Amino acid sequence: MIQASITKQLQGAHGAFTLHADFQLEQGEFVALYGPSGVGKTTLLRCLAGLEQAEQGSIKADNQVWLDCQARINLPTQQRRVGYMFQDYALFPNMTVRGNLEFALRKGANRHRVEELLEIMALGGLQHSKPATLSGGQKQRVALARTLASEPQLLLLDEPLSALDLETRSRLQDEILRLQQHFGITTVMVSHDVGEVYKLAKRVLVMEAGRVVQQGTPSEMFSQGQTSGKFRVTGEVLALEQMDVMFALTVLVGNQIVRVVAMSDEATALSPGDRVMLVSKAFNPMVIKLD
Amino acid sequence: MHYDLSPLLLTFKLALFTTVILLCIGVPFAWWLANTRIRIKPAVEALVAMPLVLPPSVLGFYLLLAFSPEHWFGAWLDRAVGLRLAFSFEGLVLASVIFSFPFMVHPIQAAFQNLPASLKEAAYVLGKSRWQTFMRVLLPNIKPALLSGTVLAFAHTVGEFGVVLMIGGNLPNETRVASIAIYDEVESLNYAAANFYAGILFLLSFAILLLVYITNRRIFK
Repeated sequence: MIQASITKQLQGAHGAFTLHADFQLEQGEFVALYGPSGVGKTTLLRCLAGLEQAEQGSIKADNQVWLDCQARINLPTQQRRVGYMFQDYALFPNMTVRGNLEFALRKGANRHRVEELLEIMALGGLQHSKPATLSGGQKQRVALARTLASEPQLLLLDEPLSALDLETRSRLQDEILRLQQHFGITTVMVSHDVGEVYKLAKRVLVMEAGRVVQQGTPSEMFSQGQTSGKFRVTGEVLALEQMDVMFALTVLVGNQIVRVVAMSDEATALSPGDRVMLVSKAFNPMVIKLD
Repeated sequence: MHYDLSPLLLTFKLALFTTVILLCIGVPFAWWLANTRIRIKPAVEALVAMPLVLPPSVLGFYLLLAFSPEHWFGAWLDRAVGLRLAFSFEGLVLASVIFSFPFMVHPIQAAFQNLPASLKEAAYVLGKSRWQTFMRVLLPNIKPALLSGTVLAFAHTVGEFGVVLMIGGNLPNETRVASIAIYDEVESLNYAAANFYAGILFLLSFAILLLVYITNRRIFK
């Protein structure tokens, strides 16, 4: 179990704010930190890893103290047994895939773990390649395998899939979930992708301006609990065209472009680049299966 | 016609010694400079870069003063370790180390600064000490810069003239390096000998640089 309660001053795009987080992680739990960029999610992750130091507070993992600002204890990153997946993967360019994994083994670790990971991540064929020759998805798999090779107690994923295309992303989400369950590692993932959080996490901490403002299961957080008679999607206005008395509004929702009509009094308040919410009644929506 | 090869041998001996010493002190220094946050960092950087802009004779002049047995530094060296640096090979090595320092430090410092911070952090998270991280992750990933630093320092030492003339003079087998020998031969209107030394320096310099560019392209693409 991990208990953290930390405070740190941060500089954001809109001035200084305080990161203040107080939470517990149960053994084997998969928790997501969700929120817009610049609210301190990554900093929180880095504080857990010991890559940055909080100004006040404490972090305890099982019975080991990682941080206790009052007692001036700050266990170095090396001794915390965390796995951290960086957004840029941070694979060592001078080592092969296998070399990266072997480098990650702790002292006295069973070398068989490398073979096991190469096999479950289907990296056997790439084991002698250098990172520069791999695709984004392959790099991500190597980074995950390397992190697991060091047998972490706590796995920290910093937007692990943000640089990948949708298809690879979805495949790797399954992979992460499978491995997390296989090894039973307590995991914290930073993400601002609702779908990803929904699929992977059992619990979500929603962050705003340095604080956890809400927490619960993904379905409590994102689907307003009950079946809804309305669709609500948010998107970005791409274009506005006048058509007689109405306006045609082109909105980017996720990766899809939606064209809807808007009344002129709605449309005059909008300009391309604005964030909008589209709401529509949907008592009996049609659901069509795609293959 | 027979030419004296000793100036050439002396030149390469000097360049070799200087380069090895510079590698030993330049790499840690560049690492420190790339990471330090001390206030006087700009002053340190300016000092390191001074040999790039100073006329060699200025540096040579001050070194000559410092090395002289009249000066406290020279006197202390003489008393403490029996080392006389003015007009000696050891003095040339020390002067070359100072003079070629920026050529070694600059590329390596830049390379350290350009490495993503996540590489170092990833190694720390995997439980590796600072030393292991430095030797196995950081150094191997700046190989091209190590090579350019080494070659630039070596080549610059081979080509140095002003400082050597000021503090070394023209003693055969001690301080008479190739660049001095060329000047000396021209002075005595012995153009054939000057041409011999100059030609060899010209070809060797080209060969070294060519080798560097070829290796750089092959290995560190």
